[in-house]
Amino acid sequence: MKKNFNIEKAYYLFLLTRKSEEKIIELYHTDKIKSPVHLSIGQEAIAVGVNMAISEDEVIFSNYRGHAHYIAREANLDRMWAELYGKSRGTARGKGGSMHLNDWSKKFMPTSAIVSSAIPQAVGYAYALKYKNQKGVVICYHGDGATDEGVFWESLNFASLHSLPIIFICENNKYAIYTHQDKRAMNDPIVERARAFGVNANKISGSSAEDFYNATVDCLNDIEKESKPHLIECMCLRWKDHVGVGDARDLNYRNEKEVDEAITNDDLLSLEKKLPKSTVNEIKLKVDSQINNAVRFAEVSDFPEANEIYDNVYG
Amino acid sequence: MDNTLDKKLINYGEALYEACFQEMADDKNVFVYGLGVDDPKGHYGTSKDLHKEYGGKRNFDTPLSEDALTGIGIGAALAGLRPIYVHQRMDFLLLCMNQLVNMAAKIRYISSGEHNVPIVIRAAIGRSWGQGAQHSQSFQSYFMHVPGIKVIAPTTPHDAKGALIASIRDNNPVVFIEHRMLYKNAGYVPSASYEIPFGKGRILREGNDITIVGVSHTVEDSLRAADLLKSEGVNAEVIDPISLSPIDYDLIRGSVSKTKKLLVVDNGWMTCGFSSEIITDIAINCEGIRCQRMGFEETPCPTTPTLEKAFYPNPQSIAITANEMCGGNKKWSPPEVEQHEILSFKGPF
Repeated sequence: MKKNFNIEKAYYLFLLTRKSEEKIIELYHTDKIKSPVHLSIGQEAIAVGVNMAISEDEVIFSNYRGHAHYIAREANLDRMWAELYGKSRGTARGKGGSMHLNDWSKKFMPTSAIVSSAIPQAVGYAYALKYKNQKGVVICYHGDGATDEGVFWESLNFASLHSLPIIFICENNKYAIYTHQDKRAMNDPIVERARAFGVNANKISGSSAEDFYNATVDCLNDIEKESKPHLIECMCLRWKDHVGVGDARDLNYRNEKEVDEAITNDDLLSLEKKLPKSTVNEIKLKVDSQINNAVRFAEVSDFPEANEIYDNVYG
Repeated sequence: MDNTLDKKLINYGEALYEACFQEMADDKNVFVYGLGVDDPKGHYGTSKDLHKEYGGKRNFDTPLSEDALTGIGIGAALAGLRPIYVHQRMDFLLLCMNQLVNMAAKIRYISSGEHNVPIVIRAAIGRSWGQGAQHSQSFQSYFMHVPGIKVIAPTTPHDAKGALIASIRDNNPVVFIEHRMLYKNAGYVPSASYEIPFGKGRILREGNDITIVGVSHTVEDSLRAADLLKSEGVNAEVIDPISLSPIDYDLIRGSVSKTKKLLVVDNGWMTCGFSSEIITDIAINCEGIRCQRMGFEETPCPTTPTLEKAFYPNPQSIAITANEMCGGNKKWSPPEVEQHEILSFKGPF
């Protein structure tokens, strides 16, 4: 496929993602959101870029820090908010919360809160595509923390062994909760190790949606020519706390300057500057209205009845 | 279920092979994988040469990576396939626990029924000839504990075939427990395909004096114990629960309401085990039942024959316990019964 980065679309997806999470921060003190939240703020450019590159048919596996992956996929925002509120019109009828969003109409698999655990499933899905001679590429988001787990490398090995059509999107924000990558592994290990497994791996440090879009398109084009696993290590910075709505600078565990710099270089602002003011205003209005509607949807939805607890334990 | 006109005398291992073979013929989404499934031994013959019949992608060898391979099966199941993941020893399932408990058992629930995980985990339990601490464990209770997983442990060739077919067709993750010492047991098995349903046990031998419930291979030893008990005038009823999750409690409650005595013989440790579960149910739901249980000694399984013999319940120890429960002579010493499957087993694995 040709590269054709649509700035207007990128700005819309980015703003929708950012504003949705800012709304979570705004409302969190009300305790209406009945679940832990792992915010994506600061990392959204990755989800925006990836989602703009892939088609509607691509299946997505994500993780507990999955709001951006979900929202930038334009999965159902009303149902996401209802799920955050624990309501019966939520994506899991209130049984999942923020850490287990899902929307199959957008090929977005239920996310997992156990670090790295959805990764082999993404590989298994890719095996099934090959098994059934179906076209498609599986997208597997994970963090740098997931690469500490053995199952990640086991999964890469199998994906490579069977030449599977999968792109691992490694969001490297350098921290597993508050533990820096330097304390968990030898310097910069991800891309080199992935290559040793036969995975086509590249690191993208630019942190703009367009960079991630371009990198994803390159992978898709490669896979179109020859099925094999790819990995994009996407460098990013988490502006907020690991969990909850606090600030990354609150606990003095990291260099404040790098957070300030990342905020100054916010790709959302760069995109905004490239668009006519009228377009920006139009998109802002649209996004506000979408989010307000979603919050209202959550507010007016009912909680599930107690007798629903046994539903869907077994199929 | 049974087509009596068309039955063959085959063994337990052959019954498992037949179930796989037939299901793979009927449904192109069924595939078998695991370490060595396509090697010359084909997991004790149960998957031998299936790849020659159905192609390499439907019966394939794997890296040892049990954690990832479980997740890969789950992912394939999410894509509509029906994977059967074969383990030569159940002990290795501990490497799969995260995927089975955190993922397979939860995905339907947290997707509000949008996704199912129809995966079968076949796990063989080892015993005898020095299997020792890490090749003999039987973890049925670990999986019975988890909502969202089904567990089945057939004893006879007939039930092995039907239970495996039912497991493959089931839309839930199933842990399918097969005991190495049952593989050579022969029985008449219908040639056609049929299902042994989950949640249904079977009375293998009727009796009025005591109910003995075994699990997998201890069902076999319980039947031998029942034979020994005849000389003491004790008629034991022997139940094979087959399905361990869900359990056919109605069958067991019905039996103990007649015999008033229940002996559970687990193929595993007793603490927090299968026997705890059955006896708890009877304590809550039935009145005036005398209960007793047996199982592995509360130690790792030792390797040397003299200690290994002390580790497992056996037909004599089961018979002695049952006889005492029935008020029989405490000094009764039944003759030793030949456990031919154990005596004849000489490895190498």
